Amino acid sequence: MRTDHLEELELDLLLEGIYRRYGYDFRQYARGSLRRRVERRVQDERVGSVTALTDKILRDPAAMDRLVYELSINVTAMFRDPTFYQAFRDKVVPLLRTYPFIRIWNAGCSTGEETFSLAILLHENGLYERTRIYATDMNDRVLARAAEGTFPLDKMRGYTENYIRAGGQKAFSEYYSTTLGGAKFHSSLTDNVVFAQHNLASDRAFNEFNVVMCRNVMIYFDRELQEHVHGLFHDSLVNFGILALGRKETLQLSAYEDRYEEIDRMERIYRKVS
Amino acid sequence: MSAPEIVVIGCSWGGLKALRRILSGLPEDFPAAIAVAQHRDARSSEGLPAAIQSATSLEIRDVIDKEPIVAGRVYLAPPDYHLLVEPGSFALSTEGAVMFARPSVDVLFESAAVSYGEAVVAVVLTGANEDGAAGARAVKDHGGSVVVQDPRTAERGEMPRAALATTDPDAVLALDDIAAFLTNVCTVSTGGN
Repeated sequence: MRTDHLEELELDLLLEGIYRRYGYDFRQYARGSLRRRVERRVQDERVGSVTALTDKILRDPAAMDRLVYELSINVTAMFRDPTFYQAFRDKVVPLLRTYPFIRIWNAGCSTGEETFSLAILLHENGLYERTRIYATDMNDRVLARAAEGTFPLDKMRGYTENYIRAGGQKAFSEYYSTTLGGAKFHSSLTDNVVFAQHNLASDRAFNEFNVVMCRNVMIYFDRELQEHVHGLFHDSLVNFGILALGRKETLQLSAYEDRYEEIDRMERIYRKVS
Repeated sequence: MSAPEIVVIGCSWGGLKALRRILSGLPEDFPAAIAVAQHRDARSSEGLPAAIQSATSLEIRDVIDKEPIVAGRVYLAPPDYHLLVEPGSFALSTEGAVMFARPSVDVLFESAAVSYGEAVVAVVLTGANEDGAAGARAVKDHGGSVVVQDPRTAERGEMPRAALATTDPDAVLALDDIAAFLTNVCTVSTGGN
């Protein structure tokens, strides 16, 4: 095993510089994906190297914004993994029915595909009216896009298929209007959503939740930062609160494994028990 | 030269058959880890590990994020994720598709090149696109080895041909000869039999 030392050093210096200049901490991000995104910035900013990008970013906050945006974009889909939403409806919704008021944290919501899917699912199961969803991301530009609730029209066919496979009960097109800018989802779906900036790497717990949903976000973190975030989620969940991770994420590598029981093994849905 | 620690394999059209052929020719004490990016449909490929498992006694599984890399195991990129190699473990990503593919062979190869350098052997198999060509080049640039399936023995030759156009490979082999080659390069240089 080895790493390319010069490339690694340049990346270290960029991340250290960003942390000290802007307070964003990417030092514990998994390197492979981070490196690809930084390389993309090197190309798009038309600078010759990571070191030249560091130089530019330290002096130009707009270049920094563009990097944070790049790091905040994850290409997901509405009702990605339809079987997850089926499991959520079959196994989590009955638990949520026992609460008079439900708070859900959708952590790392990026452009909002998951938030809208969740809102639709809760709506169809009669729970949306008594739910508040806190949809957070570190980047305010992606949050603004999420709050806008407009998604590309050419995605709607795939999203509709996902919705049907997830057990959706209506015609998916009832949820949006076709506009020049794309499929605009009805604003009633965000009536009970609070979009707020929150950085999992550096910000604290801010409320108590019945559900924390954080799918395919922690995959960008190294093990140490993942563990830190698991601590944050554990602190944020009520007793018997639900933690939902991505299909290829596991609690098994974490010291928090014993604090949860499995609700659905395949779909990575857990319940806090201690 | 250090012994190869990880074999990365990229395949697309016809890949399942080719993978089974190669894995069935590897010994059960194969001394390196094997990571595979096979283009697969997000909706219908949950059964891929099982479909390949019957060909080999090596343990096959879809990767879980941050899973440690263990020699003698076969790791598949899960559907609709990129698979990246970090030093000692795997990582997943849902960045956009690269050349219309997620998982992308280039992403797997490039991350392996950076993390494992000359201890990487990359294998480009059958496929009807050009994914893997840039990644094979990165593996060479970082001192690793590249094996390309002879396009004439591939169900689709586009992918191996694209790799041959960007890279000067260490070997161009018929499908049936790849397993023996991998066993040799991974075993001989560790001083084993």
